Amino acid sequence: MDVKLPNPVRSAFEKTERDDTVIVNIGPSHPATHGTIQIIAELDGENVVRADVHCGYLHRGFEKECESHTWHNLIPYVDRLNYCSGLINDFAYCEAVEELMGIQLTPRCKVLRTLLSEYSRIADHLTCIAASLMELGAMTAFLYLIMIRDFIYEHLADLTGARVTYTYGRIGGLARDLPPGWLSRLEEILGEYEIFVGRVHGLMDRNRIFIDRTRDVGVISTADAINWGFTGPILRSTGAPRDLRKDTPYLAYAELDFEVPVGIKGDNYDRYYVRMREMDESVHMIRQLVDMLPEGPINVDDRRCTLPEKRLVYTEIESLINHFKLIMEGPQVPAGDAYVAHEAPNGELGFYIVSTGTGTPYKVHVRAPSFVHMGGVHRLMEGYQLADIIPTFGSVNMIGGECDR
Amino acid sequence: MTPGVLNTLKERLAREVGDASVSHGMLVLVLAPADLLGIVQRLKSELQFDLFLDVTAVDWPGQTPRFEVVYHFYSTAHRVRVRLKTRVPEADPAVESLVPLYGSAHYMERECHDMYGIVFRGNPDLRPILLYEGFVGHPLRKDYPKRQEQPLVPYRS
Repeated sequence: MDVKLPNPVRSAFEKTERDDTVIVNIGPSHPATHGTIQIIAELDGENVVRADVHCGYLHRGFEKECESHTWHNLIPYVDRLNYCSGLINDFAYCEAVEELMGIQLTPRCKVLRTLLSEYSRIADHLTCIAASLMELGAMTAFLYLIMIRDFIYEHLADLTGARVTYTYGRIGGLARDLPPGWLSRLEEILGEYEIFVGRVHGLMDRNRIFIDRTRDVGVISTADAINWGFTGPILRSTGAPRDLRKDTPYLAYAELDFEVPVGIKGDNYDRYYVRMREMDESVHMIRQLVDMLPEGPINVDDRRCTLPEKRLVYTEIESLINHFKLIMEGPQVPAGDAYVAHEAPNGELGFYIVSTGTGTPYKVHVRAPSFVHMGGVHRLMEGYQLADIIPTFGSVNMIGGECDR
Repeated sequence: MTPGVLNTLKERLAREVGDASVSHGMLVLVLAPADLLGIVQRLKSELQFDLFLDVTAVDWPGQTPRFEVVYHFYSTAHRVRVRLKTRVPEADPAVESLVPLYGSAHYMERECHDMYGIVFRGNPDLRPILLYEGFVGHPLRKDYPKRQEQPLVPYRS
């Protein structure tokens, strides 16, 4: 085909600032761009002088699509935002709707949601660290970490029926309770986690090659990180102990004992280490949550959002109508707007929802950490070498699904 | 969130802002587009709202002014969020840009410009971000049909 295809992006700079620099295009489809991201960089030799980061190649009209489904129907869709930790998206979205409806979760649901959020955080951090280590050539560490992640995925599939896109949250509760034996397998996996993450610590922490590639690379200060909207592990790697689980506790976090790990200089090594330590804290939290898991129902007893028991749907007209209304019209959410944010593995994941009092959202907006991070990631690249873009980009953990929506 | 901090903030700002209320645990200020930059400046310098979280818009066709621009800020010192709302008309959907105050405004304002056509005066770079160069219209406006397609490259038949 000799047709000239139009370029979807217009670069911020067409010409070089100096006559001894060149402009190089990286991505959008490159194994190290984790999804599709395009970086147009001006290079002075090997050094990046300017970088212009483009996202949007995975844009699929998420927010537009949300405006024509019922509140419940969106749950499978929000799973696909951050597909490494779909459960956290589910729970954040459900909590936003519950906030508008004024629903208080049952104690068991609260603890289970917290437990599964932390479990997802481990899976997400494992993915991020494994991928960025592999890009630096650490294949053994990659296989160790991905193996544990796969144990977690299979284990979550036992609970939810899916490995990645769980559709497990429900407005006012969860899809189903834990299957028998789930908690004992959980403890087995946490034991495996400790063995293999211990080995990765041994392989990487004092590894000369790894330190040379990551120490003092992609440095950002706390003030800069806040100015550019960085949250989550990137902000914490600069030394600021800002974590929504501590600062504005939600779910059961107020009852848990945990630390907020921070870095010392905000470079790639700190981001690696903060994520490793956060996983340990998550394991610590999961063990506390298993001990405090109360018995009882997982769904609130509220006709406005919880589906009636199937047995009753077939035998009573009131339940049949209730079921029909909830499926066909959706839960009636009182008019108003709410912003609910959870500490997702990458940072503040916020849902801003607007309701006009019907079963369909008027607007759903996602404050996706990855998207905001892409706005500031050029700060981590400029002044470093071309090859440093790979570990820097890996440590930022851009997730295309939530970045481009 | 501590209600004490919210009430103090509300009292301090209520004198300048016509409408301040607390909704779902968050301070909500409704203001005129002209007051926006001044209030945000105060929020940042005096009240330590250092993290600019989010900007988006809500389209209310049939109401005047049509667009509601919604900002969220977070204070890492007070650990509270504040929401700012301002209305802009369809004929001139423009507000002042927050780029001079927050770096994160660059990208987020680009997205809002893409999706709703809100013009952020002072943002030097309002190129499409999630959409592509040459996209016609603003897809999150309510009058943009959901099924409308404008492929950049012709579909293979």
